[in-house]
Amino acid sequence: MALDRWIALVFLIICLAYGYAAFFTLDATLPPFMKRNPVWPSTFPKVLAVLGILTSLYVLLGFEKSGEEKAPDIDYRRLWDYNLGQAVLLLSLMVLYALMLRPAGFLISTSVFLIAGSLVLGERRIILTVIVALIATGFVWYLVEGVLGIFLRPLPYFMGT
Amino acid sequence: MLEGLMIGLSTAFSFQNLLMVIGGCLIGTFIGMLPGLGPMSIIAIMIPIAVTIGDPSAALILLAGVYYGAIFGGSTSSILINAPGVASTVATSFDGYPLARQGKAGKALTVAAISSFCGGTIGAILLMIFAPMLASVALLFHSAEYFALMVVGLSAIAAFAGTGQVGKAVMMTVLGLIMATVGEGALFNLPRFTMGIMDLQSGFGFITLAMAMFALPEAIFLVLDPARSKAADGGEQSDIKDMRITGAEARQIAPVIGRQSIQGFLIGVLPGAGATIASFLGYAVERNIASKADQAEFGKGSLKGLAAPEAANNAACTGSFVPLLTLGIPGSGTTAILLGALIALNVSPGPRLMIDNPQIFWSVIVSMYLGNLILLILNLPLIPYIAKILAVPRTFLIPFILFFTLMGAYIGQNNATELLILVGLGVCATILRFADYPLAPLLIGFILGRMLEDNFSRSMQLYDGVGFITARPMTMGLLLLAVFLVILPSYRARRARLRAAGVADGD
Repeated sequence: MALDRWIALVFLIICLAYGYAAFFTLDATLPPFMKRNPVWPSTFPKVLAVLGILTSLYVLLGFEKSGEEKAPDIDYRRLWDYNLGQAVLLLSLMVLYALMLRPAGFLISTSVFLIAGSLVLGERRIILTVIVALIATGFVWYLVEGVLGIFLRPLPYFMGT
Repeated sequence: MLEGLMIGLSTAFSFQNLLMVIGGCLIGTFIGMLPGLGPMSIIAIMIPIAVTIGDPSAALILLAGVYYGAIFGGSTSSILINAPGVASTVATSFDGYPLARQGKAGKALTVAAISSFCGGTIGAILLMIFAPMLASVALLFHSAEYFALMVVGLSAIAAFAGTGQVGKAVMMTVLGLIMATVGEGALFNLPRFTMGIMDLQSGFGFITLAMAMFALPEAIFLVLDPARSKAADGGEQSDIKDMRITGAEARQIAPVIGRQSIQGFLIGVLPGAGATIASFLGYAVERNIASKADQAEFGKGSLKGLAAPEAANNAACTGSFVPLLTLGIPGSGTTAILLGALIALNVSPGPRLMIDNPQIFWSVIVSMYLGNLILLILNLPLIPYIAKILAVPRTFLIPFILFFTLMGAYIGQNNATELLILVGLGVCATILRFADYPLAPLLIGFILGRMLEDNFSRSMQLYDGVGFITARPMTMGLLLLAVFLVILPSYRARRARLRAAGVADGD
């Protein structure tokens, strides 16, 4: 089964769960006077669930023959031939950044993210990387904090606000 | 109309707004040249800045400038190094890059600049003339018609999004609609489908979703396949000093620009078509109606082949503002993001916009003239320097793209959990792109979802049930049109396939 049909299967499962919630659990908390309304909070989701189940079945069962085979951007069947490791490492770095942003402060986490990101991609001029990352971090922090007035904790939590 | 124009002129020519349009064009041009950052991502990045400005006309002028700049920036890199930074400039590279390789880069860029300028200007004139007309028609619309119209918009988007894969596009639209129902709706004080997660109480963040659907997968693709940005090495220095266009060449491309400006505008007005389709269609149409000799030139450095997509795509960008400003319906992913920005600024686009906030409406139109003019002035002398940015090594470029997506999501929601949601959705979006699922319908579905449900619920309440569908002929007609739009492409594909099979049997 090709990847697009697997996705259709996953979507079908999501729609079934969504539909179950819409049809059976969502209305339980509805106050009695609301039940006199012609439209409930669950009305639109019910329609969507049915639509979603129908379209996912349509794709899943292959009713639609795809047109001429065009060369894909990235062939997922040969994913291992690409720089998969780099991509996964970068995504993990993003997760790490999300987790560290509040505790470690903006300045440290951002410079670490930019330096590590460049190193992961194979940059070997370490001094240049550090300089670029530090300048960019300072500039963005100034832009966000100074110009836009959005608060970002600059320093780690134990060094004051 | 003249009165409105005067309001627009006086608003747009204020010092602050002039600065906005120049700044927007510059930012758009520079970032638009970078591979992987199309107008959609750039506008998404700029939204927090635009929202902070506070003044809706200034913010919209800035975003419109960014939009034009980004489209133009994409053509620069397509022509010089065959690296289209934006989907809508892919057609530009068909003939632009061969011209650059023949040492005619200067001429190619000049033709592109002039074609875009004409396309954008003609588009703005058409917008000025026809938008008020469309808006007065739109005043006849009630919530039932709005609901039906949004269904038409969504189905048109789905039908245009992928040839031969309507099912997938509809699926993505439904997914977007489903994601829009997460969180507390406007009409019901009831959190829905949050799965007990507090951070989902207010629903998915729209910037987060935009970043996750477009910027992040493109960045991941750039990491996976370095050859995608290999063209960004700088390349041999082309002789781009010669920017003259001969009289014969001007006569050759003038009708092309005229035709494609109008066609592009009309395609841009249709919800779901947008600049990418306009540029491809423009290229295809011009190639088909060209003489035999000219036809052979296409793909090998034809000026016509360069002028057509450039004029069409800029005119389409302008055209896509018609449904956005007059009906509140975005015609493309980019205008969908603009719609989100407008709502964040407390402006509800729609037929009332021209009556309630004429200065916003008209200043946008005037800023379109200005934006085009400034782009022309900026680009001609700056071209040799501009191209240097593309030489930023990918080891620096990609971490910065990722960082900007993170910042965009964080600034939008001020919530670190949003970043985790961003990464998660980004990975999902990448997998969807592997399987060739179109992502624009998802985002458009998400953005229209809330309004669709509100209008649906309102008409249900007014008519005490689904009676509004049959009671209002226009609603009925629009819904039938929506069904037709979804079914037509698959019907035609099936018929073509059957015919092909029949021929094969006959042999």
